[in-house]
Amino acid sequence: MSDIPSELRFAETHEWAELLEDGVIRVGVSDHAQEQLGDLVFVELPEEGEEITRGEACAVVESVKAASDIYAPVTGEVVSVNESLNDSPETVNSDPYGDGWLFTVKPADENELDELMDADAYGEHVSED
Amino acid sequence: MSQKTPLYDEHLAAGARMVEFAGWQLPIRYGSLVEEHRAVRERAGMFDVSHMTVVDIEGPGARDALRRLLANDVDKIRERGQAIYGCMLDENGGIIDDLITYRLDDDFYRMVVNAATRAADLEWIGRQLADFDARISERDDLAMIAVQGPEAVEHVVELLGAPEVAKLKPFRSLVHGDFFVARTGYTGEDGCEIILPNESAAETWRRLRERGVVPCGLGARDSLRLEAGLNLYGQDMDRETTPLESNLAWTVALEPTDRDFIGRAALERQKQAGVPRKLVGLVLSTGGIPRQGARVITDAGDGVVTSGGFGPTVERPVAMARIPAAAGDDVQVELRGRQLPARVVKPPFVRNGKPRAGVLDETPSE
Repeated sequence: MSDIPSELRFAETHEWAELLEDGVIRVGVSDHAQEQLGDLVFVELPEEGEEITRGEACAVVESVKAASDIYAPVTGEVVSVNESLNDSPETVNSDPYGDGWLFTVKPADENELDELMDADAYGEHVSED
Repeated sequence: MSQKTPLYDEHLAAGARMVEFAGWQLPIRYGSLVEEHRAVRERAGMFDVSHMTVVDIEGPGARDALRRLLANDVDKIRERGQAIYGCMLDENGGIIDDLITYRLDDDFYRMVVNAATRAADLEWIGRQLADFDARISERDDLAMIAVQGPEAVEHVVELLGAPEVAKLKPFRSLVHGDFFVARTGYTGEDGCEIILPNESAAETWRRLRERGVVPCGLGARDSLRLEAGLNLYGQDMDRETTPLESNLAWTVALEPTDRDFIGRAALERQKQAGVPRKLVGLVLSTGGIPRQGARVITDAGDGVVTSGGFGPTVERPVAMARIPAAAGDDVQVELRGRQLPARVVKPPFVRNGKPRAGVLDETPSE
């Protein structure tokens, strides 16, 4: 059974979003997603300052076998990206909710966060997979 | 409905992620693909390859039949149990399948062909061999386990109590009771492939696991064979390509010249006219991983990636690509709208568990 922290919000496409104190949202992939993807060997992140749109591909994670798109959980401007993943993409596997975060985004509309699933709903979503 | 190998329950018990492959339910990985890959490079891993098709050819006409059927020559085999690798071609020189052929006895050969091409192979073999005095039998009563890695042979010797396995040279085989053991594989490492009765497969698998041999899935099988520079049928070669365009000229026996194998005339024509394409290895620094179908831009025109991925042992992206024969060694791979520099290298990328000297030095800078 994969780990689903109760304080996070989740997209159907398995990204998590966490509202930080400064109103910025941190984004990563869920524990379930990293398990499904397998060992990650390359991560392509958006540029700082890039405008990303909810539901559209904005990053790529690659395992030995395949590349998978990461979809923006909210619309907004990318504030920072996790540069350490360039050297150690496997951190996404070992710590998906911590050091394996992908990027932070300043949301155009903070209320978009409420449209994402809470942990219970995501748990059900995952069990249907 | 896809088929299950005799090891299906063992895979589920070990927590495998199963996928459908060539009509079979097979494990893609049990846990970490990279750990499975490393187990084979550094110690020993095992693969369920029971989906592969074993075909026995028996009778006084078997030798002549195979000398007609295969682009490699079974007469190169000097001793009982020895094997050759090569292709079965159509009249145009296109590759129907690649296979290993063992000579078990004077009038008795065993071929191991791909699962994905099973039906087409059997139909073709049956048709081509109709005029020869040889009986063809598919051995679906047999399972197959590949034990691979530097410690693999030791495990098989001790498991079977068969010290003679350690003395087998590469591409040689022996029969031990109901088991057929060959010093072959698809990983670039030392090891054995064991062909055994279906009913013995699960116990053999369990005993190998108890010895510490790591179960490995199709994912690691693919990354290992790619690093080893071994072609995969359906990706790196098919009916539209000849062995000369697939880095397999060494498997075509044009001598003796009076052996009229299927596809010979087409290969001779292609050789005379000039082989237009070549299959090469590519190494990249980073910036993305080339996948099958990616465009390769060269100074002599475009080519295409036939297999690509991340090499866990070379720790960088590697690929096989079919490019114009005249292309130079500096090329670019198109990936998500960007062009990444790549360097042409001669496979394999890995030898004896280590990145091959030259491959790492040849990696282009970003």
